[in-house]
Amino acid sequence: MDERELRGLIQSVKAGKLSRRAFVRRLAAVGLTAPLATQLLAQAGVANANSKFDYKPTKRGGGGTLKTLFWQGATLLNPHFAVGTKDQEGSRIFYEPLAAWDNDGNLVPILVAEIPSIENDGLAADGMSVVWKLKPGVQWHDGKPVTADDLIFNWEFACDPATASVTIGSYKEISVEKIDTLSVRVRFPKPTPFWAEAFVGSRGMIIPKHLFDAYRGEKSRDAPANLHPVGTGPYKIVEFKPGDVVKGMLNPHYHMPNRPFFDSIEMKGGGDAVSAARAVLQTGEYDYAWNLQVEDEILTRLEAGGKGRVNIIPGGAIERIQLNSADPWTEVDGERAHISTKHPLLSDPAVRQALAMLVDRAAIQDHIYGRTGTATGNFVNNPERFRSKNTTWEFNVDKANAVLDAGGWARGTDGIRVKGGKRLKLVFQTSINAPRQKTQAIVKQACQKAGIDMELKSVTASVFFSSDVGNPDTYAKFYCDLQMYNTGLGQPDPQLFMHQYVSWEISNKANKWQGRNVTRWVSSAYDDTLRAAESELDPIKRAALFIKLNDMVVMDHAVIPVVARPLVSGSIKKLQVQLSAWDNTFWNLREWYRET
Amino acid sequence: MSQYLLRRLLIVVPSLLGISVVLFTVLALAPGDPFEELAANPSVPPEVAAALRAKFGLDDPIPVRYARWLLAMLQGNWGFSFVSRVDVDVLVLQRVWTTLFVIGSSQILALMIALPVGVYAATRPYSIFDQISSTLAFIGFSLPTFFTGLLLILLFSITLDWLPFVYRADIAATGWRWYWEHVRQSLMPVAVLGLAQGASWTRYVRSAVLDVIRLDYVTTARSKGLAERVVVVKHVVRNALIPVVTLVALQMPAIFGGAIVTEQIFRIPGIGSLLISSILANDTPVIMAVTFVFACLVITFNLIADILYGWLDPRIAYR
Amino acid sequence: MAGSTLASPTASAPRAAPDRARHVSPGLEAWRRFRRHRLAVASVVVIGLMIFAVLFGPILWPVAINEIDFTARLQGPSWSHPLGTDDLGQDILARMLYGGRISLAVGLAAMVVAVVVGTIIGAIAGISRGSVDAALMWLTDLFLALPQLPLLLVIIYLFRDALKELAGPEVGVFVLIVAVIGGFRWMPVARLVRAQFFSLREKEFVEAARALGASTSRQVVRHILPNSLGPVIVAGTIDVAAAIIAESTLSFLGLGFPPDIPTWGRVLYDAKDYLDFAPHWALFPGGAIFLAVLTINFIGDGLRDALDPRKVM
Repeated sequence: MDERELRGLIQSVKAGKLSRRAFVRRLAAVGLTAPLATQLLAQAGVANANSKFDYKPTKRGGGGTLKTLFWQGATLLNPHFAVGTKDQEGSRIFYEPLAAWDNDGNLVPILVAEIPSIENDGLAADGMSVVWKLKPGVQWHDGKPVTADDLIFNWEFACDPATASVTIGSYKEISVEKIDTLSVRVRFPKPTPFWAEAFVGSRGMIIPKHLFDAYRGEKSRDAPANLHPVGTGPYKIVEFKPGDVVKGMLNPHYHMPNRPFFDSIEMKGGGDAVSAARAVLQTGEYDYAWNLQVEDEILTRLEAGGKGRVNIIPGGAIERIQLNSADPWTEVDGERAHISTKHPLLSDPAVRQALAMLVDRAAIQDHIYGRTGTATGNFVNNPERFRSKNTTWEFNVDKANAVLDAGGWARGTDGIRVKGGKRLKLVFQTSINAPRQKTQAIVKQACQKAGIDMELKSVTASVFFSSDVGNPDTYAKFYCDLQMYNTGLGQPDPQLFMHQYVSWEISNKANKWQGRNVTRWVSSAYDDTLRAAESELDPIKRAALFIKLNDMVVMDHAVIPVVARPLVSGSIKKLQVQLSAWDNTFWNLREWYRET
Repeated sequence: MSQYLLRRLLIVVPSLLGISVVLFTVLALAPGDPFEELAANPSVPPEVAAALRAKFGLDDPIPVRYARWLLAMLQGNWGFSFVSRVDVDVLVLQRVWTTLFVIGSSQILALMIALPVGVYAATRPYSIFDQISSTLAFIGFSLPTFFTGLLLILLFSITLDWLPFVYRADIAATGWRWYWEHVRQSLMPVAVLGLAQGASWTRYVRSAVLDVIRLDYVTTARSKGLAERVVVVKHVVRNALIPVVTLVALQMPAIFGGAIVTEQIFRIPGIGSLLISSILANDTPVIMAVTFVFACLVITFNLIADILYGWLDPRIAYR
Repeated sequence: MAGSTLASPTASAPRAAPDRARHVSPGLEAWRRFRRHRLAVASVVVIGLMIFAVLFGPILWPVAINEIDFTARLQGPSWSHPLGTDDLGQDILARMLYGGRISLAVGLAAMVVAVVVGTIIGAIAGISRGSVDAALMWLTDLFLALPQLPLLLVIIYLFRDALKELAGPEVGVFVLIVAVIGGFRWMPVARLVRAQFFSLREKEFVEAARALGASTSRQVVRHILPNSLGPVIVAGTIDVAAAIIAESTLSFLGLGFPPDIPTWGRVLYDAKDYLDFAPHWALFPGGAIFLAVLTINFIGDGLRDALDPRKVM
């Protein structure tokens, strides 16, 4: 899809010939996120769609306790320190952002009266600033009003490097200025098509200035409110035990009428995903179970009991196999997989092409992930009819054999292919997680049939994903031929995501393996295109460039996408939940209710 | 005796210091850091993880970090959790009571099974009772707790729907109901731990009793016309208790340390689950605090066991 | 075993006397006693069969352990799959025969390491007292206090590659696993043996030996040690089970064998989530571990009865 096509599509939406949802799906199929797609529409003057929720309760409270089960319990309740999703979820019960993302990528106003747009003069046509107007009358749990000063404080708090906040990336580039007591203007250093980053969604929760002001920078860890959040959300804190339980009670002064429905909420942590699924789907002991990374086979059987249902929300997460471009088995300057080396086997396009054909995505989907992972040859494959025509995938051992034969890889006496004295033996690593080990087994079997010897390796997740410089087994070092893991495109803008293939982000010793390009795949055309995208002022041209980038890596088999993984959760039959793959589970907790 | 005790107490301090050095070194060398989830999130700049590492002093040399930890510990400061950003003692104190209750009850259950069953089986070796109890004991320790726990859940929670399988430290109920709920939710974890522990202890008790039951003095006691019960309780068991005391002393520290797998299965917010999540997240201050207290208990109970040996068998001389 | 008979000569004298008359060697005498322990003999046969099965079974049942067959997922026992299949349609019998080699080898080897190390340390500490005892108990306490998970990660990180290069991937990993599991399980044995020594070294028969001028090592080897074997044998059987299970948890840390090698503990772990709808998957590995533990225990009992003149049968 190029720029012209993109403009055409936007015009069709404007003219009402193409639905917003269809537009979002078209862009998703070529690697763009739903939030980015809706932002393009907003920039082009197509107003944000109003999300409608079917909320039935007619009074506040009376719903009893909402019991939710998270197999990882929240460990802290300050959104600016929320290292993992679980911490964001715990914080989200009490804190709210200005706006949130629904599952179609639309912005939903939370603490503001309306979403900024060009029509309401909130959004500058040049993309240089945006004005946020707080809803009047919103109170913190302790009764103090929410004002523009709180927003400015959050920006300052997050930006201060001494605070070491994890939200710094969303705030450090912008500046925030006060217009009046209820409105602020966010200024960007350059035209920013993706303007809804700060104060929005999972990293946009607002903490109160009056409780945190004395605890900026180094002192931030001592703030009593870190453990006792005072926010604007539908529930007030009752009890918090890190890693175990978060309890909240109804906020009687919540800024929406008739909400929330439940009198109290409990977020219980610990255990494992399968037993969480059992507690909701099989016994109904709990109402909602978060992130059920469980084989679909088990989920289907648990669901058959009829007590609960599995919620599957398509998102942007993709399980993929990365191919190392550098040689992980030769040490240069005290570093393996040095950029100056070429991978002895994978640098041959025939091998990469054959490997892509040896990943039996259909079987992996059918027999491991089921509904919880859709086979894909693309970054996103949702729904099937919108699969990008540029990229395809197939599983074909014969063809893979033919490709290898043609590439000069002849089978040795032991059945393993050899070329120029090099045996076709690959080491395939991933983190420890049952579906991943099964995927490894399936890939290994197909590779054996094609004369590729594969050694499997699994690394405990806390090591695999750590930024520990001393350890050779981290994904960032990638001292291996192949590796598989899942990354969300969950962040709304793909620009950073696309950085994982640029030459200046190469993960190496000099940058302590913090570069994003762990595969060390390099292409000057890619670099140029990404640079062009970064400085592109026209958001539509920029989007078209991202699509081009996506196709470049996928078609060179630098990465083999395996399955697109939706958000999977479980809830009891009567619980009505609002879920979104572009925001936290609790992004719209206020709308949750139980049917009678 | 008192001189021996004094000498033992004096070497406690250097041994604890030595253990703490080893513990700290192991933890410092262990791979990984607390920022795993940051890595999976492309919108968090890598500098954040680097800044956090620097802030928590993870990049300093190990001796410097150890000295800092020791100084703080001497002042009663247990450290500061990297992950939760709270003081470690807060985290530990929140969980210690649950662990004491669950693990303590399971140890009592284990002893209540092991002592009578082991002694009775040994007085009638290779009888039907002995064969059955032995077989059950073998099942007890050849099945891992992750498996028996799940088996109990499937039976009592899912099929029969009698017991809850998510443990909640604080139950919103008062009076009898509160006790009743606590008992109900503790039944399965206590049974899993107690039965596994009881199974192996039963074997030890049986073996220890077998070792003494045919000794001359027992025969003498019998021939004096003492009732069999008196012979067993007064003459046999006391002399067979030395291995049992050793084993109980080995297990006592677990009352503080918790049981990682069982706590995980039943979601018991105890020290064990705190320890495992801290280990997986490489939250070194928490691991260090918990294991150090654990080490203190190991040493204390070893000392207690040594003193009990002398009481059980007065011939043991302390020199 | 002459020394240990001093413990209670009266108890066994009537039966032992005719044997002595025929001048049977102690080894033969022990074998005779062992043979009378029917369960022990049966156990030797069973464990022998199990070892035979895992050694030669893959030849008799030549099904590939990682042959994935999606048409035969989670099937119960049948003629084509005598023990059923797992969720990838892999044959459980073939997997268990293959994995059993590792499980049995690891279980037995780790048990031997734990028992030998524990007995040696416990015996030295128990007989020597004073500073040697204090130092060895410090070591025991240290090992008891060490958090295993981080330590294992350190070991993987420090030694895995070195050992792989030194001894090849299979042997290197095996040595590492046995060392790690054995190295973490000797402490109870050491404490038990030491406690037994405290009590036994003051007993009359040891005093008698001492009075007769027996050297310390003779006192230990001939007199005290044989009498403190009871708890050691129990610990040994428990350790076999613990080691087989521990091996499966190690592979989750990336320390054990590669994830596609189906050791019994691992098969059991993989099966646990399917327990309610594919119980056969868990039943067979669980049963195999149980059988191994059971037989080793009976053999231990038989050995004890055979070596200990205060026999109970």
